[in-house]
Amino acid sequence: MSRLPTTFAANAAAGRASLVTFVTAGDPDPETSLAIVKALPGAGADVIELGMPFSDPMADGPAIQWSSMRALKAGMTLKGTLALVATFRKTDAQTPIVLMGYYNPIYVYGVARFLADAREAGVDGLIVVDLPPEEDDELCLPALAAGLNFIRLATPTTDDARLPAVLANTSGFVYYVSITGITGAATPDFSKVSAAVARIKRHTALPVAVGFGVKTPEHAAAVAQGADGVVVGSALVETIRTSLDGAGKATEGTVAAVTSLVRGLADAVKAVRK
Amino acid sequence: MLHARPNERPNSFRTGPDENGRFGLFGGRFVAETLMPLILDLQKAYEAAKGDPAFQAEMASMLTHYVGRPSPLYFAERMTEHLREVAAASGLSGGAKIYFKRDELNHTGAHKVNNVLGQILLARRMGKKRIIAETGAGQHGVATATLCARYGLQCVVYMGAVDVERQKPNVFRMKMLGAEVVPVTSGSKTLKDAMNEALRDWVTNVAETFYCIGTVAGPHPYPAMVRDFQCVIGNETRAQMMEAEGRLPDSLVAAIGGGSNAIGLFHPFLDDPSVEIFGVEAAGHGLSSGLHAASLTGGRPGVLHGNRTYLLMDEDGQIQDAHSISAGLDYPGIGPEHAFLHDAGRVTYLSATDDEALAAFQLCAKLEGIIPALEPAHALAKVMELAPKKPRDHLMVMNLCGRGDKDIFTVAEHLGGM
Ligand SMILES: Cc1ncc(COP(=O)(O)O)c(C=O)c1O
Repeated sequence: MSRLPTTFAANAAAGRASLVTFVTAGDPDPETSLAIVKALPGAGADVIELGMPFSDPMADGPAIQWSSMRALKAGMTLKGTLALVATFRKTDAQTPIVLMGYYNPIYVYGVARFLADAREAGVDGLIVVDLPPEEDDELCLPALAAGLNFIRLATPTTDDARLPAVLANTSGFVYYVSITGITGAATPDFSKVSAAVARIKRHTALPVAVGFGVKTPEHAAAVAQGADGVVVGSALVETIRTSLDGAGKATEGTVAAVTSLVRGLADAVKAVRK
Repeated sequence: MLHARPNERPNSFRTGPDENGRFGLFGGRFVAETLMPLILDLQKAYEAAKGDPAFQAEMASMLTHYVGRPSPLYFAERMTEHLREVAAASGLSGGAKIYFKRDELNHTGAHKVNNVLGQILLARRMGKKRIIAETGAGQHGVATATLCARYGLQCVVYMGAVDVERQKPNVFRMKMLGAEVVPVTSGSKTLKDAMNEALRDWVTNVAETFYCIGTVAGPHPYPAMVRDFQCVIGNETRAQMMEAEGRLPDSLVAAIGGGSNAIGLFHPFLDDPSVEIFGVEAAGHGLSSGLHAASLTGGRPGVLHGNRTYLLMDEDGQIQDAHSISAGLDYPGIGPEHAFLHDAGRVTYLSATDDEALAAFQLCAKLEGIIPALEPAHALAKVMELAPKKPRDHLMVMNLCGRGDKDIFTVAEHLGGM
């Protein structure tokens, strides 16, 4: 059973939005990455989105590209990502984990084997950027059958005619991409987010989380007004990058830099009463 | 027999893709949601244009008067004689009759313009004012910049920083034509990274931008659309060979980067079982060196840039850098239709190393007075191997899909300054 519905429902009942934090598995190295992931819930993250590093992240801006490269250089693999989740689950049975990435590493790993191993490790859901509803047979339907959530991105180009197709096999939550663009690039027009979320909610009862371009506690608070969840990614991996030493290695301050930003974001999200 | 066996020869090799953009297992539409509505629009617009006589007439007129088609089918007499001598020296009596399909004579110097013309006319129909493209050797970039100049459209070309360095003449050409050339410094700084960056641009500037892809790759409908535009090569070859020899050729040979010049030549002949077909990938420093660009021979199926095809990658599914002396072949994937034709056994895929291509490049210049691009030099390298083993009445057509002006500095460097 996925932990996502419970988490979103509990926070909604408490009158607040959920904070979804993205970091790349293995960034800047597998050990520090595990320490970061373990520290996220304590700092106020409600859901952990864990990037599966890929050599060619076509939908990502420089921050997440570099983060992916750091992880790969440090030897991270899809197998390593699943092992990281399994280790995390030994001490945290509650926080939902969503794996996010691109299809090729999963396809090469083998879909059936991946789904079995992901479930076994304690993964709750998947976001695979390059699998639109037109390719649902590939991974979405098998994932749903295996009891994992499949979270789809809806974008400003997803019009009302297309929304039902995008939402049809979506579960866990809907991820609304607030801009047309790549991660970490433009800052969205926050005044339009509520209306965009309302449009999606006319088509689904699922919680709607909003991301792409949310960088500061102020941004997070603005998004929390209208959305059920706030997703922050590029800002976190940039914080990792700027905490590294001259050789690109983790420092004493790396984990703390991330948790400090997450704490600020969580406080801002919680301060918005709904 | 009630059920066809799966590995039975299909009735036709020319029916793909299906409505989902699949050539068997390969192809598809593996793109981010932001782009999905755009490629569905593109598909609709392309289908409408394809059936519109006005669009076809405009294409035909521009191909004649601007591109300079039809390109000649040229009997390469001295190359033929030379390879017959090679055959004789090893005790063989044969040696195929070799023809070059001279697409290097097109305006802008390569086959790329055939496809760009089609896409730019389509972009105009769709009301798009901003054109983006990726380029490796720069030939596709030059063709795109050229047609954007001709039609007064804004043009942005993404090019790996490594390729900007090794194809300088083309960078200058694009700038002269008014295009903005953006050097891409992410990843391996070559063609695949240029394509990533073009996709990032497209996802950002969706409303006004048309992405003009340079080969038979990308999400559906690109592999089919680009193929259709390039089929002018094979259609002309068919008619020209009938006129010259009164029959079809016996074999076709073409170089493969993404596979657009090759599929353009091959596709009209796929259902003629008497025609043997050879695609030539770049073997770089040699297949066993690990430094090559031969996705079919050295890769396995995966998903990248919107389609499933054979890719060079590691065990974890991370894409590996391709290596070739030719910037136009330096891509870790291959068009999905080639992946299908490979698995179906209809086309035989070979590979040629950097050194073999360099030798062919020089031989072509000396014997035929034609300086080929390094890409078709790979095809010629395999013609040099195949032709001596064929009988004298064997008609072999090689796609001379580009001229070598852009490559003279690279070649000079490899040959030690000449
Ligand atoms: C002359 C020439 N031939 C071949 C290629 C490879 O592309 P394709 O395999 O799509 O024909 C290029 C690409 O830049 C080229 O410039």
